[in-house]
Amino acid sequence: MKTITLHVNGAQLSAAAECRTHLADHLREQHGLTGTHLGCEHGVCGACTVEIDGVPARSCITFVGACEGAQVRTIEGFDDDALMTRLRAAFSAEHALQCGYCTPGMLITSHDIVRRLPDADEARVRKELAGNLCRCTGYRGIVRAILAVLGERRGHAAPSMKAIHAD
Amino acid sequence: MKAAAFDHLWADSPAHAVVLIAAGAGGAKACSGSQSLGPMLNLRLVQVDQLVDVSRLEALRGFELQADVLRIGAAVTHARIEDGELPDVTHGLLPAVAADIAYRAVRNRGTLGGSLAHADPAADWVATMCLLDAGIVLLGEQGERKLRATEFLLGPFTTALQPDEIIVAIEVPRFSPGARWAYRKTCRKPGEFAEAIGAVWIDSQRGVARVVMGSLGGVPWVLEGRDEVAGLAQPAALRAALDDAGIEDGYEREVHAAMLRRALADIDSFKAPSP
Repeated sequence: MKTITLHVNGAQLSAAAECRTHLADHLREQHGLTGTHLGCEHGVCGACTVEIDGVPARSCITFVGACEGAQVRTIEGFDDDALMTRLRAAFSAEHALQCGYCTPGMLITSHDIVRRLPDADEARVRKELAGNLCRCTGYRGIVRAILAVLGERRGHAAPSMKAIHAD
Repeated sequence: MKAAAFDHLWADSPAHAVVLIAAGAGGAKACSGSQSLGPMLNLRLVQVDQLVDVSRLEALRGFELQADVLRIGAAVTHARIEDGELPDVTHGLLPAVAADIAYRAVRNRGTLGGSLAHADPAADWVATMCLLDAGIVLLGEQGERKLRATEFLLGPFTTALQPDEIIVAIEVPRFSPGARWAYRKTCRKPGEFAEAIGAVWIDSQRGVARVVMGSLGGVPWVLEGRDEVAGLAQPAALRAALDDAGIEDGYEREVHAAMLRRALADIDSFKAPSP
């Protein structure tokens, strides 16, 4: 066991951990941050996506020892984030979730897409979402929600979603 | 999906990493972003006594533009290459390849050296570095040595790394102004490992013409020579290449042939990106 210190959602947190523990289990079990979900535990499904040092990462294939001293932001850390507030509203309006299991990872990936790729079109949004699996929505609502927020930030009242609404 | 017990050790320097790995007597593995090794450990396809973490070593996170090559530190992430943080010596090839590796969350932590050490036959850097005849710089107790990518890669998940060695850098040739490249792969879903990779690099000023088939069962198949590469567009030559690469399954022959044909077609219409 080692004592691991992380900066999680702005707070410095220390807890004992086995080195083999991945970051997601550590956040959930030692710090009660159960918003981070675990699906596949081998880096495919994206449910466990969190931010590490400001960028999205898979917390299931990142071992906690490698995160010593890192800035970690889980879905709980986005409560007061203006862009995430807008994304949550868009996800709700566009029915971008049903069971909600993939949603924390989807939102963190969406947050990254909107910030990093302000000009993304539908095809690019779909490609960027390929690392986050959803088994409820068929992705259409998620894509619509992200395009809506991208469109707003580009100053469009209504995003270009003809192709999606037409099918 | 939980890894078996191991110890996590921070290396203070590349030389310290070598000491730690050698001390592990085969039970220690170098680790950077853990985006390939992490799944292997979680699935218990790999078990180690110690992970020697090199991800924060500045000596492995930098890059250096040399006269003929760009020397890239082994712990440079795919995302940094994708984002154009390194000088573009390949007319956009490296950023284009990096951008299509797995997913952004993986590219943020996964590293060039880690991918090559893992040596998945379907990995993009495995095919790309064989295409570019890149140099792989290794550090061990006896000092540094450099292998060509085709010498470094011995088979699926098998490399020339000795039990006391780590990868410290990858040397990528600087393309001439008139160099052209093409890189095609097919994945059933974006971000998955490729089913087939076909890539071409023609750099007449350097006297280079190379073609690679990647995502085979073993190491990439490489063809060199201007006439040989030009001749590959002929159906008989393509069939012979597939035979030579040991591809027997009908579907696999089709997808590998398709990627090669597309890459060879792309090369004719290649336009170098404006600097």
